[in-house]
Amino acid sequence: MPTIIKDEIERALDAWVSHLLQSSAVKNGEPLAIVGIVSHGDVLARRLVQRLEQHNVKALYGAIDVTLYRDDLDLRGKRPALRSSHLPFSTDDFTLILTDDVLSTGRTARAALDVLWEYGRPARVELHCLVDRGGRQLPICPNYAAFNLTAAPGTSVKVHLQEIDGEENITY
Amino acid sequence: MNPRKDLITIDALSDEDIRTILDSTSAMKDIFTKSVKKVPALKGKSVLTLFYEPSTRTRSSFEVAANRLSADVTTFTVSTSSVVKGESVHDTIDTLMSMKMDYIIVRHKNSGIPAVIARHCKASVINAGDGSHAHPSQAFLDAFTIREKYGDVAGRRVVIIGDILHSRVARSTSTILRRLGAEVAYMGPSPLVPPTAHTGIPRFTNWNQIFDWKPDIIYLLRVQNERIDTPFFPAADYHQAFGVTEERLRRIDDLNLSIMHPGPVNRGVEICDDAMEYRNCLINNQVENGIAARMSILYHLTPQTQSHD
Repeated sequence: MPTIIKDEIERALDAWVSHLLQSSAVKNGEPLAIVGIVSHGDVLARRLVQRLEQHNVKALYGAIDVTLYRDDLDLRGKRPALRSSHLPFSTDDFTLILTDDVLSTGRTARAALDVLWEYGRPARVELHCLVDRGGRQLPICPNYAAFNLTAAPGTSVKVHLQEIDGEENITY
Repeated sequence: MNPRKDLITIDALSDEDIRTILDSTSAMKDIFTKSVKKVPALKGKSVLTLFYEPSTRTRSSFEVAANRLSADVTTFTVSTSSVVKGESVHDTIDTLMSMKMDYIIVRHKNSGIPAVIARHCKASVINAGDGSHAHPSQAFLDAFTIREKYGDVAGRRVVIIGDILHSRVARSTSTILRRLGAEVAYMGPSPLVPPTAHTGIPRFTNWNQIFDWKPDIIYLLRVQNERIDTPFFPAADYHQAFGVTEERLRRIDDLNLSIMHPGPVNRGVEICDDAMEYRNCLINNQVENGIAARMSILYHLTPQTQSHD
């Protein structure tokens, strides 16, 4: 099974942060927040916020659970467990960087946009992901993807992050 | 949790079901802090509240919960319906199923009616109180309120005070709390508290025994009006014997105990005025948590109305 190892993820995060530092929101000092989709996007969001802080850039951290906004709740026999969202500020006029681990169909991102609009009216939303594996079913395109993989439909792409899984790699 | 159509009693649930519904209750409560207090999870679904017994709190709590999940809510008002004209429960259900309801929330004075309805329809049926049998959504909101206050239900001691024998709240709430690892005791007029031999639950007859037992939570039941002034329940004596009087409130305050009550309260009977303002009175928390717990219940049940058979 092909694997992307810890060191490669580490370098990818550095490149990701460099990309964020070049954004107009950072350059113009506009309000910025990194909002991750639970349960892995929020870990990435927290890491990005910490790394930006090392460059003296302040970004707020947020986490959203999109489960209640999914379009496939009725297609599953069993309701997915819910997790808490954490977005303790109005998103009015913010640039929001929405982060997720794997972008595929785009349905999660679609649900996430609905969630974000219930917390205010952001100035701009960008979609960033660790892995874009293709297979889009909606007109959604990421602004930034750390890795682009062409995985056959049905193959599983799994991101493991230290904070949740106790190991750090991507398998596909 | 595994797909489950109905919620009739706590006993029918697995430990995992109970934990899942409680865990999701916190996530539902987060929704209350958003500027838009609504999520689309049950958009396009129909919820019916069918109350054969009067209730304001439970019914409106379920209605608010269903609204916050974007369901469409219909209220079936019994006094103006055919029920007074003698229509049977079965006929009413047939009528309601023709309306394609996905969830039916039932309260009935007879134990077992919600289970009968559940067997005869594809909608998810939630028991909102049947006779002296069960009131599972109350149990969930009580367990959640304790978990929120103390971090965990396990290890807590809860004494439930009142007419235990006829109380569906006492039955359901003590069941869930014991399943979650709490210790429960009962106190009330002797004829109205089942013997320990039947329940395995310690039975006290006065407040000194309660304080000696060192509870964390005093859970008061509402004195049912229809039982007041029967030989078991002289109203004036009840407050002195079993109620939270001002004197007992001082002791409760010293010991830092919490007070809970399923509402509506009878001031001056089971509880004095000052206790309603007491810092550890969790009654308002129970009301707020009731909406979140009922949202979690509605979300986790899966009606069979979508199946194409």
